[in-house]
Amino acid sequence: MLEAKDITVNYELRQAVVDVSLRAEPGEVVAIIGPNGAGKSTLLRTLNGALTPTHGAVLLDNRPIQSYARRAMARRIAVVAQEADLRFPITVFEFVLGGRYAWSSSRLWGWESDRDVEVAQQVLNETELAGFESRLMNELSGGERQRAVLARALATEAQVLLLDEPTANLDLAHQATMLRLVRTRCDTRETAAVVVTHDVNLAAEFADRVMLLKDGRAIVMGTPGEVLTPELLRAVFNLQVLVDAHPISGAPRITPVHELRR
Amino acid sequence: MTISSQSFKGRTTFGRTLMVCAFLLFVLAMVLLISSVIGSQRLPIRGSFCALTGKSNCGLSAEERAILLDIRLPRILLAGAVGMCLAAAGAAYQALLRNPLAEPYLLGVSNGAAVGTMVALVFFSAHEWNRPVLAFAGALAATFVVYRLGRGRTGATPDRLILAGVIVTTFLSSAIVFITTVMDATRIRSFTFWLLGDLSGTTTSLLTVAFIAAAIGVVVLIINARSLNLMMLGERDAFDLGVQVAGVRLLVFAAASLLVGASVASSGSVGYVGLVVPHLVRLSFGSDNRLVIPAAALAGATFVIVADTLARTIIAPRELPVGAITALIGAPLFIYLLKR
Repeated sequence: MLEAKDITVNYELRQAVVDVSLRAEPGEVVAIIGPNGAGKSTLLRTLNGALTPTHGAVLLDNRPIQSYARRAMARRIAVVAQEADLRFPITVFEFVLGGRYAWSSSRLWGWESDRDVEVAQQVLNETELAGFESRLMNELSGGERQRAVLARALATEAQVLLLDEPTANLDLAHQATMLRLVRTRCDTRETAAVVVTHDVNLAAEFADRVMLLKDGRAIVMGTPGEVLTPELLRAVFNLQVLVDAHPISGAPRITPVHELRR
Repeated sequence: MTISSQSFKGRTTFGRTLMVCAFLLFVLAMVLLISSVIGSQRLPIRGSFCALTGKSNCGLSAEERAILLDIRLPRILLAGAVGMCLAAAGAAYQALLRNPLAEPYLLGVSNGAAVGTMVALVFFSAHEWNRPVLAFAGALAATFVVYRLGRGRTGATPDRLILAGVIVTTFLSSAIVFITTVMDATRIRSFTFWLLGDLSGTTTSLLTVAFIAAAIGVVVLIINARSLNLMMLGERDAFDLGVQVAGVRLLVFAAASLLVGASVASSGSVGYVGLVVPHLVRLSFGSDNRLVIPAAALAGATFVIVADTLARTIIAPRELPVGAITALIGAPLFIYLLKR
């Protein structure tokens, strides 16, 4: 279980995150929503130890995150970044095997074991990329590439997934696929996921709990039904919204009311 | 736990790496044999091969024997060591700086090593060991300056890095000019030649240093090759996946600087080897550094031996600096890579 206790993160003079507490239980998807510059990505990068909070602590299984060695940490917490930066031709399989780095042992001389290869194949199936093994990453479509980035994170077999706007560059169908894959992983493997997203409606459908973040402060945390109300969303985004129920899932459905000049 | 040998499409295995390296080693051995009989003085093939195996009675005249074993062979071995150093260093810089155009010569690292070497020659010429040590220091210093300049506030971009390399190169070039003017006139000509890459001034101790440095440097890079595979995709990703980013970066920079320092101390700045060879290796065998680094080392040795054989034969009995040949091949490739 991953837990942040009253963390504050400073960038030089600016406070990016202020007194935020957060828990991600096994099997649970937590969405972090907020305007640009609210400190969402900073919060996420603090959760895996890439940034050190100035106050407060991040605990993984009740142990401070700083006490884990880098590799031990990478076996427990995996990050799905927005987009892979590819300057060299690399195949999908090589890319996904990168997720097995933290499991490497000196007895293998830096090469993969049979188990590493098996896990990589398995996550390729799981992310619907079977048959893409020898394709080059930079030849994939945006949706396929983002699934490969997710596959690499799943290949770590981490119990916590941190996703930073995993759907930012995807079309409607691929957005849903992406979050469905994360949801399935959490349901079947008792994995916890923390997702930073701009898509309020996707969060409403796929997340168990939602945190609204504004100016580095957690405004509210709760189930989508409790959090995604017109009043709270107005407070955070400065925008009037209509909230009704999704006709199929029943989850809150948010529609922004644009005040267009006629 | 054993290394997986399951051969799958789309990944590099240990077995494949061994096979590629064995093949490149075979090519290297062939090139070594052939280049040892080619030159301004042609040597009898059978007799020369016999002498290279260490036998004494091979039907070569004393003069032919001296040319082969005292002049040509050391030079070929040095060419091999230099090629190994530069190509492996180039592959490492490219992966670490995430820039296919990174190359010791273009980054100014070679010039850093050259300044170190010249300082050793001018101010501490009593000990031959000063040359490689100061060359290493110069290469390391230049590496860190370029790395710092190339990063900038918004992070490193490929163009910015190359620009930083240009600035460091020109700055160090003027330092070289400055040191040259302090020298006496008789040494200037040989220095100009050396600066362009010259393999003719071999001594046993320089050869030994070059080989030791090549071995240490390449082994350190191979040990870090899997980490480099991830660093190649971004330091943030690498960190998230469990790489000790700062440690790997320091080790790889040190190893690459050692390789460049050793090669410059013994033969001046041979340019573009670190660009051409890793590029061809990646094109042929993929981007996995566990294969690219050893393969580039072997192919680099072959490349410089061939270039040097050309340098000493095409206008024989006169010689070109080997750097002129490698630049003639490398500069067009650089332009091609830039335009892609």
